[in-house]
Amino acid sequence: MQFDKHYLPNGLEIVAECNPEAYSSAVGFFVRTGARDETDAESGVSHFLEHMMFKGTPTRSAEDVNREFDEIGAHYNACTNEESTIYYANVLPEYLDRAVGLLADIMRPSLREADFETEKQVILEEIHMYDDQPPFGADERCRAAYFGSHPLGRSVLGTVESITHLRVEVMRDYFARRYAPANIVLVGAGRVAFDHLVRLAEAHCGGWESRPVTRAMAPVEPRVPFVVIHKEIATQQYALLMSPAPFDDARQRYAAKLLATVLGDDSGSRLYWELVDPGLAEHAGMHHAEYADAGAMITFLCCAPEDAADNLLRVTELHRRAGQDAVTEAELQQAKNKVCSRVVLAGERPRGRLFAVGIDWVCRGEYRSVEDDLQAVGDVTLDDLDDLLRRYPLSPAATVTIGPLEELD
Amino acid sequence: MPETIHTHIFPNGLVLVAEQMPWLRSAAFSLLVPAGCAMEPTSRGGLANFTSEMVERGCGPRSSRQFILDLDNLGLEWNDFVSAAHAGFSGAAPAENLPAALAIFADVVRRPHLPEHELPAARSLMLQELRAMEDEPAQKVATELRRRHYHEPWGRPAHGDLPGVQATTLDDVRGFFARHYRPNGAILGVAGRFEFEALHDTVGALLADWPPAEPPQVAEQPARQPYLHIPYQSAQTQIGIAYDSVPYRHPDYFPAWGSVGVLSGGMSSRLFTEVREKRGLCYSVHAGHHTLRDRAGVFCHAGTSAERAQETLDVTLGELGRLAEGVFPDELARLKARIKSSLIMQQESSSARSGAVAGDWYHLGRVRTVEELHDLADRLSCEAINAYLAASPPGDFTIATMGPSPLEVPVAV
Repeated sequence: MQFDKHYLPNGLEIVAECNPEAYSSAVGFFVRTGARDETDAESGVSHFLEHMMFKGTPTRSAEDVNREFDEIGAHYNACTNEESTIYYANVLPEYLDRAVGLLADIMRPSLREADFETEKQVILEEIHMYDDQPPFGADERCRAAYFGSHPLGRSVLGTVESITHLRVEVMRDYFARRYAPANIVLVGAGRVAFDHLVRLAEAHCGGWESRPVTRAMAPVEPRVPFVVIHKEIATQQYALLMSPAPFDDARQRYAAKLLATVLGDDSGSRLYWELVDPGLAEHAGMHHAEYADAGAMITFLCCAPEDAADNLLRVTELHRRAGQDAVTEAELQQAKNKVCSRVVLAGERPRGRLFAVGIDWVCRGEYRSVEDDLQAVGDVTLDDLDDLLRRYPLSPAATVTIGPLEELD
Repeated sequence: MPETIHTHIFPNGLVLVAEQMPWLRSAAFSLLVPAGCAMEPTSRGGLANFTSEMVERGCGPRSSRQFILDLDNLGLEWNDFVSAAHAGFSGAAPAENLPAALAIFADVVRRPHLPEHELPAARSLMLQELRAMEDEPAQKVATELRRRHYHEPWGRPAHGDLPGVQATTLDDVRGFFARHYRPNGAILGVAGRFEFEALHDTVGALLADWPPAEPPQVAEQPARQPYLHIPYQSAQTQIGIAYDSVPYRHPDYFPAWGSVGVLSGGMSSRLFTEVREKRGLCYSVHAGHHTLRDRAGVFCHAGTSAERAQETLDVTLGELGRLAEGVFPDELARLKARIKSSLIMQQESSSARSGAVAGDWYHLGRVRTVEELHDLADRLSCEAINAYLAASPPGDFTIATMGPSPLEVPVAV
């Protein structure tokens, strides 16, 4: 397992964790752009653009792109979130060259108007689809409530209105502004020879014109409103709670992940025993999210509407108690065992490593091996958790609830 | 080629089937017990799932809480599931923890406490699951489609129904456990890093003295209702279409399965190209082959705005009609490339292989090696697929929709 990095003169970065023993190769372009980099008039454009990137280039039609990915048997896809957009393919090693060539080509798309109008319908359908699934809307609403006017409060999907009014010229401007080589990292994992990957990048991306890129960073001023969204067709009541958490200090970040596991893992956590095991909620969980300039602890709850008020009180009480009702050594050890096991299992697949290596690099400019992660998890102490809870209390939290209830006390 | 797949059938009928993947750090297991929802009495929909929930609420020397704690301390990523035929328990962990994990699940399937005081909580969870399903329109349509497509009891949903879950008593759970948690008909699939002899001894010590029980008779009832519409005030209409296919053990399985790959495999597949890429009718459209032991179906799904639902249904049915005319060599070549990379990438995951070896044994009574699967994929031809499609064209559809209004469908309602 060997990590390497290299810069092309135009600013494109190339990083890879090379494992000559792997069965497959995973490669992806990680672009530092997402909903937070949009203006009001562009709301939803990052995600819409991600779809449009597959619609053809000067030398390939949309059908060519789909057909060629399938010809090499690629497991490929793309995803967009608040601050990054990722295009990736997992292929057999003999198809690595074609995969890089194809991914690199679609990173310079034609963005034709006719394709734009057809794909707009697909995006609107995606928005409608999530609209019919109440738990999905809740996370965007909760970020908006918590981050307020900070760029991280922006919607990834956009709204029916913003997408309907979006013009192709606006997307082209956004593309020109955000997809400069200095804002993109080519990431490799699995069976990849680094020098060869660099040569492929030089051949396919060396001609990309270099441009300066900036991102507005701002301190977050967390808000903690309580928002009730009435959704008549929903059966269950859903709630999301969001409170501050670390994002830059490595030790604190691992402590936050372990704390989320102790308090809110899918099974065996405090929330599990308090709410799920007794059948009070269908699901209750917690996780730690991290962004370039903010971290957040997020709690999710799904339960019958008539139990929602009591359950929310239980969650808030559990959050408040986390400081006094100190985490025990046994709880911490149990959480470490789970987290370490997940790191090992995910690390067995190049696809799993691609995302871990890429996100560490794009968000923090650091490389961490599986062993580094295991070590960092192992090093967290009960004092770290105490310190974390003092700096980042879980309560008060921004709370958004969505479901059949019109009001909730 | 060294022998990497080992099998052993214990005298009580339990099958151990294991594939060594010494390049991994992990080991995974998949334990299938013949206690699926097809074994439930009609009035107790959800009993298999209820029982599977209850066996984990204390077993052997462990309380409910200690059970979870022990699994967590092994770092086991685990799961339970119920299908028509089986209750399944699976897990993956760093390889050295496999024997301890197996010991815990031996207690789950042999020595659960099934305590009365846990019954209300388990029931409440079952009811919550049923309610949460109402907020997942695509899943709800898929559930109703399968229920109508297969003969009773094979199309039943694992989560059961409201009256069944409400009526279930502790005696029902204990009775279901006593009848259906048995070694004859159970399969333990293992994959990853292990020594077979040691594994065999571990499993033998845990499960060889598990007493067998009489297998039940399952009575089938044809209960097909070709079109169902569920009224729902949603933005989108969900569309499900199903038709018959052949199961995994059938000689025509690979051609049948391959035809579905052409219909809906990668993004160059027919449904994705015609419904989404060319017409922009929906975000989500796909078809999949689903196999039981003795029967199988192809299940298609699309979700789209109510006003475009009729066109989406018509275009999708048009593609199913066109499939009967045959597939082309370039489509087959892409299908083979995808099969090949999936097979090789399976070698990166102990969980994927442990499930696959257990499933193979259930369907075939043996395991297909990755080499054999490669060979079967290589030999797949357009002629074979087209001959299959000519003899068994997609048709005689079962259709389910959910949304503001019903659609015009080409079946007798």
